[in-house]
Amino acid sequence: MINRKKALKKLYIYIGLLVCSAVLILPFLWVLSTSLKADGQIFAIPPQFIPESLHWENYSLVFQRMPFLTYFLNSTFITVVSIIGTVLSSSMVAYAFACLRWPGRDGVFILVLATMMLPMQVTMIPVFVMFKDLGWLNTFKPLTVPAFLGGGAFNIFLLRQFFLTIPPSLLDAARIDGCSEFRIYWNIVMPLAKPALATVAILTFLFTWNDFLGPLIYLSDQLKGTLALGLAMFTGQHQNEWGPLMAASVLMMAPIIIIFFMFQKYFIQAFTSSGIKG
Amino acid sequence: MIATFKETLRSRMKRREMILAYIFLSPWLLGFLAFGLYPMIMSAYYSLCHYDVLRVPQFIGLENYQVLLFEDPYFLQSIWNTLYYTVLRTPLSILGSLLLAVLVNNELRGMRFFRTAFFVPSIVTGVALSVLWLWMLNPHYGLVNIALAAFGIPGPLWLQSTEWSKPAMVLMGLWSIGGGRMLVFLAALQSIPNNLYESAEIDGGGWWQKFYHITVPMMSPVIFLWTILDVIFSLQVFTEAYVMTKGGPLNSTLFYNLYIYFKAFDDFAMGYASAMAWILLLITLLITIIQFKLGKRWVYYEGGDSN
Repeated sequence: MINRKKALKKLYIYIGLLVCSAVLILPFLWVLSTSLKADGQIFAIPPQFIPESLHWENYSLVFQRMPFLTYFLNSTFITVVSIIGTVLSSSMVAYAFACLRWPGRDGVFILVLATMMLPMQVTMIPVFVMFKDLGWLNTFKPLTVPAFLGGGAFNIFLLRQFFLTIPPSLLDAARIDGCSEFRIYWNIVMPLAKPALATVAILTFLFTWNDFLGPLIYLSDQLKGTLALGLAMFTGQHQNEWGPLMAASVLMMAPIIIIFFMFQKYFIQAFTSSGIKG
Repeated sequence: MIATFKETLRSRMKRREMILAYIFLSPWLLGFLAFGLYPMIMSAYYSLCHYDVLRVPQFIGLENYQVLLFEDPYFLQSIWNTLYYTVLRTPLSILGSLLLAVLVNNELRGMRFFRTAFFVPSIVTGVALSVLWLWMLNPHYGLVNIALAAFGIPGPLWLQSTEWSKPAMVLMGLWSIGGGRMLVFLAALQSIPNNLYESAEIDGGGWWQKFYHITVPMMSPVIFLWTILDVIFSLQVFTEAYVMTKGGPLNSTLFYNLYIYFKAFDDFAMGYASAMAWILLLITLLITIIQFKLGKRWVYYEGGDSN
């Protein structure tokens, strides 16, 4: 009796899991399948879930109709520079909050946390005007330079919490040995904090790669665009060409998904510790 | 003699630490001044001005706020749209991801695979997500309506209907954030002591009783935190609407931030848009404070008084 009940429970769980998998995973397969179909197959009724013949030309159409490679390189450049800037600057600031003693430290830390609550819409317009006056519009500077200036309150918070778990006696021992504070930061704390730094890097990667509002405001030159911007423009211009449109979105999602499978452990960590995403 | 020597040494070390702290802090300090404090002050000033970027701001007092609150029909429309979206999305996303977390919190064969699979949609956001769902929600050839038709339900026009455009965006949002929240809730679920469930089982509690009387109260601090964050994120919705509908049909997806963007960067009404941004900040603060007040009634803090 109890065994039957248990087996039944297991069955229900597996049914639930299968239904959820269908809902959460099928959209990806559906988009992939559409990206390989010709128009006739896309609009076929009843729908073809597995295309009868594969039409790779949708992908070559994407390369013909938008400077895909340029966008890809622009996105990659902005993302890589932002990751470097964020990791360096947020870890430096976190070090000041976690490993150094100075008056007013906790008050300033609360100020850092408070800036998290500030919606970017409030600062967006003056920051835009500032970058315009600096002559930085249509350059990658507005999208990369800020990363070097603090790296975001949330990342500072995350790294500070991690740095606090490093025993202070370890740092004091290094100080007594005459190790400079910069060497302690770079040679002791940073290597120990690798998992937390990876989390910060991944969150920055996801945010920057997917960012739309920033490029939309700052980059108007066609060849300066990012993949997100390019895909949005492509969508506006080719509303009903679903084949090429889906091919373009597969090409945009592919790097994220590949990187996800390479660094799965860190992604899961990043989301468990933050769960960010609006 | 020795005492004063020690004092000077100590104060010198203190000064050294101060200087070092400022050096380590300097990136944030610069960033805070340039991208936090200064823009905030300027934004407050612009909100009292007529400002089109080309000419210097002209001070007009509270006129922007007056026009917004009493004369601009789109302002109210965008607030209504945004609140509708937030109120529909937040509870559904919390409940959905909580159930998802309960489902994957079983030690069964293949569970690792399912957890990973459920998580994958969470890494796709913004434009890619919007384009994917533009196709999913296509009334004639999209997967959503094909699936509904399989159950004999005629699907709505989704993004092309004023009635269904907001629910369509909520549906997309749920799909996209469910797996990420699931991980957060899963971590919290696994910290609930097992003996609570065991004693409930002895008392003959069923699945739903256990969920409602043990899981939900034990999880309430996490649920509370994510309700607050989810509301803040929902109030910020922008990219999806910009890419999928540009605010249409008939302004039914003209969300608040989309309207700010149009005002600022299409009409170059920077002063007006700044005033809107401040109203958004006030609304967000107000809702968050109300939630904290309400939270005291239902959030259960283990080993502590919730007040």
